[in-house]
Amino acid sequence: MTTGVRVVLVVLYVLLAPLIGALLAGIDRKISARMQRRVGPPVLQPMYDVIKLLKKQVIAVDRSQGFLIVSYMILTIITGCLFFAGVDVLMVFFIMSTSSVFLYLAAVVTGSPMSTMGALRELVQDMAIEPALLFSAVGFYLATGSFEVESIIGEPVSAIAKMPGFFAAFIFVLTIKMRKSPFDTAQSTHAHQELVKGITTEMGAKNLAYFEITEWYETVLMLAVVAMYIINSHPTSIIVAVAVILIVYFLEILIDNTCARVKWKDMLILSWIVTLICAGVNLILLMVI
Amino acid sequence: MANVKRSPWILHYDGSSCNGCDIEVLASMTPVYDAERLGVENTGDPMQADIFLITGGINSQTAPVVKQLYDQMPRPKVVVAVGICACTGGVFKDAYNIRGGADTVIPVDIYVPGCAARPQAIIDGIIRARELFQKRSEEHDALMKEKKRERRQA
Amino acid sequence: MGVIPFLICFPFVAAVLMFCIRVNKVRNAVAYVSAVIIMAASVFLCAQWVAQGAGKIKLYYHTEAADRIILIAELILMCVVTYLCFKHKRWYISLLSIVPTLGIAWLELFGPEMTDYKRIYLDHLSILMCLIVGIIGSLIVIYAVGYMHGYQHYHTDIPDRRYYFFMVLFLFLGAMFGFVLSSDLLWIDFFWEVTSVCSFLLIGYTKLEEAERNSFRALWMNLLGGCALAAGIIYYALADGNTDLQTMVWSGSMFQHAALVAVALTAFAALTKAAQMPFSRWLLGAMVAPTPSSALLHSATMVKAGIYILFRLSPALKGSLSGQMVAFVGGFTFLAASFIAIAQSDAKKVLAMSTISNLGLMTACAGVGRPETIWAGVFLMIFHAISKSLLFQDVGATENAIHSRDVEEMQGLLYRLPRLAIIMFIGICGMYLAPFGMLISKWAALKASVESRNIILVFFICFGSATTSFYWTKWLGKLIARSSKPPVKDITKTNEMISLGVHTVLMIAICALFPLVSQIYVDPLVTDMFGSARQVIPTGVLYLLVLLILFFFAVPVFAYLRNKHTAVNRKLSYMNGINTGSNDAFVDSFGEEKKLVVSNLYLRNVFGVRRLMVPCEVITSAVIIVTVAMTVGGAL
Repeated sequence: MTTGVRVVLVVLYVLLAPLIGALLAGIDRKISARMQRRVGPPVLQPMYDVIKLLKKQVIAVDRSQGFLIVSYMILTIITGCLFFAGVDVLMVFFIMSTSSVFLYLAAVVTGSPMSTMGALRELVQDMAIEPALLFSAVGFYLATGSFEVESIIGEPVSAIAKMPGFFAAFIFVLTIKMRKSPFDTAQSTHAHQELVKGITTEMGAKNLAYFEITEWYETVLMLAVVAMYIINSHPTSIIVAVAVILIVYFLEILIDNTCARVKWKDMLILSWIVTLICAGVNLILLMVI
Repeated sequence: MANVKRSPWILHYDGSSCNGCDIEVLASMTPVYDAERLGVENTGDPMQADIFLITGGINSQTAPVVKQLYDQMPRPKVVVAVGICACTGGVFKDAYNIRGGADTVIPVDIYVPGCAARPQAIIDGIIRARELFQKRSEEHDALMKEKKRERRQA
Repeated sequence: MGVIPFLICFPFVAAVLMFCIRVNKVRNAVAYVSAVIIMAASVFLCAQWVAQGAGKIKLYYHTEAADRIILIAELILMCVVTYLCFKHKRWYISLLSIVPTLGIAWLELFGPEMTDYKRIYLDHLSILMCLIVGIIGSLIVIYAVGYMHGYQHYHTDIPDRRYYFFMVLFLFLGAMFGFVLSSDLLWIDFFWEVTSVCSFLLIGYTKLEEAERNSFRALWMNLLGGCALAAGIIYYALADGNTDLQTMVWSGSMFQHAALVAVALTAFAALTKAAQMPFSRWLLGAMVAPTPSSALLHSATMVKAGIYILFRLSPALKGSLSGQMVAFVGGFTFLAASFIAIAQSDAKKVLAMSTISNLGLMTACAGVGRPETIWAGVFLMIFHAISKSLLFQDVGATENAIHSRDVEEMQGLLYRLPRLAIIMFIGICGMYLAPFGMLISKWAALKASVESRNIILVFFICFGSATTSFYWTKWLGKLIARSSKPPVKDITKTNEMISLGVHTVLMIAICALFPLVSQIYVDPLVTDMFGSARQVIPTGVLYLLVLLILFFFAVPVFAYLRNKHTAVNRKLSYMNGINTGSNDAFVDSFGEEKKLVVSNLYLRNVFGVRRLMVPCEVITSAVIIVTVAMTVGGAL
């Protein structure tokens, strides 16, 4: 990849990711509705929501929430930019964990009970996710000999061929990251709500809009990691990757609509066990062979 | 001018009642009546809500709560009284603890009668509320713009 | 290089002065002057060494007089320990001191003639240790002057023995200088025992029953390590005819049996000193002592001595059975201690568990024994020394102000006690957040362990990294959370503030100059030890990271400045509409006002000390016993 291509990719990410994210979220709501045999909201509904939120009166329980949530958004976008610029995957995951700290701070700065509880659950979620993310980075290195996104997708064979276990673990934690049903303890939308609005309870108007936009950026980033498992040096693999992303996304919607929420403890233990078994066994195989 | 009426989010609170209207409000959110096709979301959080659905009459214990929830909602906002108790106090009107309808505490914009109010009526109320919401949003925008201009001049 | 004997001896002189001067004001002044002299001397040593080419330097051939003095001092130390043990009716602990001391004395007086070797060894690692001990140790002494004043004022039930406290502090510093600068195992053994006894004396300062119990626990664990060290030295001296650390490591890396046994025993000793499981309880117990001593034990001295010796041994540990033991125990401790830290709410306990956990990572780095891991380990050591010392001092100062060191009590500290809270914020960020240092080291450690194909370490780091973020973020959140408690009077003394300020500046400087430090110092350090340095993280990426740091600082600042002027309507926080007008009280079902308390999540039923400590100790003990037995048995 030349520098030009990288710049174009980064710019595309910054501009298109929110559109793609919003569209995916809209499709998500539409498909969920169809699964329940109802019409459901229009596909552009998430955008309508965010536009409305941006236009409402700015309110906050605590002033500092605003700048914390903006920092969270910008840092998440930077994380995504780094990823699309083709740098070290490990660094991307580490920085991602840092930007989520800002979300935590934005929620607890209010000192309010609901958002603090939601934020603590968010922390548990992060703790459940992080090993699988780091493991996938390690897996990429073992499978392709590099941590760099650029060389991973430049291999003749897709990474997934050597790391199906990592992929399974990643998909598992993706459910947590995307706040889908069995694991949406920290914050959940629509009819699933619990703990009022969890981590976003005290976020209204603009702050919530920024949160939603960040979610879109994050979703696209996570799906890009899924694509990284698939893409190889053949151009056709990009089409396959898009297909896999759509399948994965559909799978997440299906899980969302068919599972009941579990307790945080079960989530933590379950995700760690899955990480240990799937990614761990795969890791041992890769390291020994 | 953005079309904010496509995304009316709802906060639902029960002043004090037989719960009949609450069940109907929730029923209108279920797949059968599917209020979500209008972009409705049941948030449960005043900070995020645009439309305040109140069911049941107001008693002295719930009066400050209703007031507080209303205060916590950002402008523009619309209040809908669902069911006859929320409109006037209904059959409980003369009870020693009931103050009357929701409009005894906060300004109510739209009244949805019925005992219990039917989901169709509730959704109709929401549709009327979102028109009002759109109107208020435009007013709010104009106000904001003017304020901004004033600040710039100052 | 006359500054070396000065550096080792001066703290001992200062210690005697501390003991003799009983007028507080005079003693404080002398303590300041001595601390500054020590700091200057260590910097001077570094400068002189750089001026001489910054290479490996060996010094002092003939030191019979010093040898004799050290032998006599060692025997005196043994007598002191024995006396104290008998006085407190724990005579059996004295055996752990008598046996190795007599063994070493026998070796020196009647043992085989040793080949000539030099006693002092200077290279990047020892100079780095000198700087850490000299700068951070002295700052802690300066802090201690102010802290102990407030401490004695507040704790009137504890007898004022400050002369004794400062004496031990200076003894400690002297012993550490001796320890890191000497190359002769006999000298190392002596200074090792001195640090063990000093920590014992510091922990027992308050003379309370708990302090006494904990101090003896620290004593027996460290003396046990001392026994192993002495056994290793005697065995190696008898088999190989010299007691030079460098020679031992070199022969160990050539897989010579005698050296391997000695390395295994020394590594065992280092594990006790670095408070690795199963020996971590002594460091947890050490918290009963006043805060400066915790800061000293956790950051600049004591535990770093264990890590230092492991780094020294690392070329010999690479690929050997004992190396695998060290790597396993370290990695395991990293993970287990961070689990336990989640369940702690006492700030000092969180710090203690995180110390153990971070030391575990450094130990694991040493155990793998590759240039990349040592690179990561050295950075961990630098960051950890600064930020831990900073945090301990800050928590101590905070405790003096709010009379509690519970993290739950620190709600809204940023608004109630802003100066200390901001420093605490920087310290915590330095411990784990992305652009800051510790995370880079963790990253490098993970990369290095992947490259060295150390599966088990990869597991430990991946999971440990997740749990580490959990307990630090939780704490950060407490500091920033809004609280309606009134502001507290900041009673931090100027001298405490000086130390805290210098630490903060150091912390930020090290983060910002990270690539430079790597290039001009740590890479040569690794080259010193392994002959070649391989960069784990390319320099270009390091500079990118520095840019990121600036950016990370800039984003919240920029966002804050922009946000300051937007009109925001303050609302009450959501409590189902029943808060009473403030954000920390609500109306209950009887119509009465109830106070709201928001607590953090501690997951005690999952990660509690009682649940995890014993099984973890059993596992690590088993691993240590089996591998040491295999190494010793295989060699015999």
